[in-house]
Amino acid sequence: MATTIGTLAGAWLVANGGASDLESLQLLVSGLANGCVYGLIALGFVLIYKATEALNFAQGDMMMLGAFVTLGLTNDHYWALPFWASVPIALLLMGAFGYVLEITILRRMSGQSQIAVVVLTVALGFIIRFLAGAIWGHEPQSLESPIAGVNVRFAGLVLGLDEVAVILVTIVLTGLLYLGFARTRLGLAMQAASQNQLAAYYMGIPVKRVSALIWCLSGIVATAAGILLASKGSIDPNSGFLGIKAFAAAVIGGLGSLPGALLGGLVIGVIEPFAARHVAAGFSQVVPYAVLLLVLIIRPSGILSQVRDKKV
Amino acid sequence: MRILFKTSYDADLGLFAHRYQAFWYFLLLAGAAGLPFVMNDFWIGEVALMLIWAIAGMGLMLLVGHSGQPSLGHAAFMAVGAYTNVILQASLGLPFVVSFPLAGCAAALAGALLALPTARLHGIYLAIATLAVSILAEDGIVMLAPWTGGVSGIFAPDIKILGVGFNRYVNAPGFYWLTLGVAVLVVLGYRNILRSPLGRSLVAVRDSEISAQAIGVNLARTKAISFALSCGITGLAGALMGHFAGVFNHETFTIFLSITLLMMIVIGGLGSIHGAFLGAIVITFLPLAISIVREFLNERFGTASVMPPGIETAAFGAILIAFILLEPMGIYGRWIKIRTYFELFPFCRRDMFRRQRAYLKTGRIR
Amino acid sequence: MSLLELDDVTMSFGGLTAVDGVSFVVNPGEVFALVGPNGAGKSTIFNLVSRYCTPSGGDIRFESKSILGCAPHDIPRLGIARTFQNIELFEHATVLQNLLIGRHTHRRSNAISEILHLPGVRAEERRHRLAAERVIDFLDLQPHRESLILGLPYGVRKVVELGRALAVEPKLLLLDEPASGLSAEETDDVAFWIEDIRKVMGITVLMVEHDMGLVNAVSDRVLALADGRALAIGTPQEIQTDPVVIEAYIGLGDDEAGE
Repeated sequence: MATTIGTLAGAWLVANGGASDLESLQLLVSGLANGCVYGLIALGFVLIYKATEALNFAQGDMMMLGAFVTLGLTNDHYWALPFWASVPIALLLMGAFGYVLEITILRRMSGQSQIAVVVLTVALGFIIRFLAGAIWGHEPQSLESPIAGVNVRFAGLVLGLDEVAVILVTIVLTGLLYLGFARTRLGLAMQAASQNQLAAYYMGIPVKRVSALIWCLSGIVATAAGILLASKGSIDPNSGFLGIKAFAAAVIGGLGSLPGALLGGLVIGVIEPFAARHVAAGFSQVVPYAVLLLVLIIRPSGILSQVRDKKV
Repeated sequence: MRILFKTSYDADLGLFAHRYQAFWYFLLLAGAAGLPFVMNDFWIGEVALMLIWAIAGMGLMLLVGHSGQPSLGHAAFMAVGAYTNVILQASLGLPFVVSFPLAGCAAALAGALLALPTARLHGIYLAIATLAVSILAEDGIVMLAPWTGGVSGIFAPDIKILGVGFNRYVNAPGFYWLTLGVAVLVVLGYRNILRSPLGRSLVAVRDSEISAQAIGVNLARTKAISFALSCGITGLAGALMGHFAGVFNHETFTIFLSITLLMMIVIGGLGSIHGAFLGAIVITFLPLAISIVREFLNERFGTASVMPPGIETAAFGAILIAFILLEPMGIYGRWIKIRTYFELFPFCRRDMFRRQRAYLKTGRIR
Repeated sequence: MSLLELDDVTMSFGGLTAVDGVSFVVNPGEVFALVGPNGAGKSTIFNLVSRYCTPSGGDIRFESKSILGCAPHDIPRLGIARTFQNIELFEHATVLQNLLIGRHTHRRSNAISEILHLPGVRAEERRHRLAAERVIDFLDLQPHRESLILGLPYGVRKVVELGRALAVEPKLLLLDEPASGLSAEETDDVAFWIEDIRKVMGITVLMVEHDMGLVNAVSDRVLALADGRALAIGTPQEIQTDPVVIEAYIGLGDDEAGE
């Protein structure tokens, strides 16, 4: 995490070179909040990649679907359930969705090329996008959550409660997942299953169930990201394209590293607003991808990844 | 079962495995050349589009299927080809016969330039890097508005060769024959690559980088060559696509085009020229079929009000998923299975094509 | 004149010293074996000679010229070919194609002439094919010529890999455990082939092997290694009676050396 702090300090210095401190700080916080959403989506990617080496290009769409499910349960226009009741229901539903997706479709892809999985999940994304559009329409909508539109004052800063919530939830979730992977039996089983599937089989790890659980977990994380995004701003069926940015985030951090996913998300989230301010219009939206390319050229497997060279 | 009796090394060096094969391919080519006499201009246009997809697909196939370097950024190289071709014609006044190969060269150069810094990237990381390139290219087109026309786009001038116009609308058969010619040339070049040391070095890099080095293959150079060839071919397809579309802008060459290209070759079957063509057939005619079915349903049952928008994409996605799940080897893989079944009839066993179970093993430590 | 010369070569990964000041000379025309317990640094020496890693100290010379300035893909061009402990074949290609890929260093045509398939390319292909067929005949691979590597049993793959290295037509052949995982009969075959490779083809062999039976049968000189250091060098008989070597093996509870 030292690198994270370093990056943030760097962004802070860049900010100080510009306009007033306070403004930059606010930019930084909103960038961090955005970055956390990217980081959360990226976390979902990384979970799946870690356990099954599959790349889920539909992760952004799962995030969008999770947001819409919550919205459909909460908003007055639809079911009008209380927010705190609908969140767990949505998380559960989406967890089940991820689980079912794995056992019905993804399981059959084991042992096939990553490229085929990419194509498959892109196609899945098409379907999810269509479903969301057909059920909830194509207009942007906001989640009526208690954290939307409330401001908190902190040391002279005016921060949206939503932004604070995003940052807190992300830190807690990343921490939990990180600990879960490192400490719990399930986490260790997941690690083992990803490093050597066959050996894990022989050691009695239910590899299939583990990967289904991973998809379930990644559905839940995606939904959390979706809820936060939908209460921070608005979502529509095309919000799933954020997934591409989150994907870049996951790769910058190093696929396979949970803190890396968060770090990558933060890097992209923070770069965006500052690029928008300091770089000529038109160039700003490509800066994250330029950074992505740069990172990959310098460190071919991301910042925080640890890949062993093949032994001969 | 046909028994091949080979009496010289040349029997393995030819373009075709045996004379019957040559016969069938020439028949196919003759049939393709004769299509404009039996089809109307709309369908000829669609078949021409299919051929353009197939050319682009062959470019990507060379890279993904034969060199093992996945790319999610080939739309960028189609764009390089398309824009170079049109800009050379419009601003320098070069004729199509000159600008078209130059467009391919420009795309090849761009590909080689990308390959050099990314030579150390593997698998999915390379795919992501090229994805970034595709996104950057989209914005690059907008930024280079003075040359590319930016958001408002650019018009492709009519192709004129020896005074004959090849406008897609005015002379649909002409445009189709032109595309067919390019496709045939690309197929020939591709086949020649595959039966030469170059093709084998690509396969070597795909299958094992370590032992490729151990027998003297320069990895960085081979990757650069495969990128150059692949992007060059795709650039040619881009140039044709530009003429086919007539007018195009940055939205013609989005990341979705890149993804569609990849989908196409995976569905067609990775690692074969046939796969590029079969995939192109699916990509071109599936949306067409879906919209025909939809219109039919609307007319017959009045379902227009019930069908939500975007159902074409969803149906497309669902069919793609079915394709990938049911036939992991692609359509060409299925074709080989069917052919073998009949060749060996009735001795074909069910487990003849069973894949060896592959288990995941990674080099990641965390 | 020596063919391959390692001069005080040291290799450390982080804190671990895998090879520690090893020097030896391989003379033209001999079969030289490296033996030693697991982790003795045998494979590391191979990887150093193939230039997959760079030594932290010392020099490696081939035909009196240092090869430390070469990239891994330059090594076969000098005349050094190798096999791998865990078989690194091109799995989605046929046996014949694997052998033809082994001819890469003999490629004379360029990319453009190959794309156009000019007559010169075809003539060259015939020559490559002839060379590959010679290897096929030598190793009795005829039944597998058109089979994909994916479907071949382990023993055949091992032979194909040997064939691919021979297709390079090297001066020095590095064999990394040529008999590991092979049955007794297959190991006998390997022994005969190594004998022929040296006598008929005139290729010098440097090999790593655990099977002392094979080492005894084919090698002229043996270098015993333990913990990255050279223990003793001599004929197979000398090595097996060397007290230091016996000590190193028995200390590890391994009686292979006393066979």
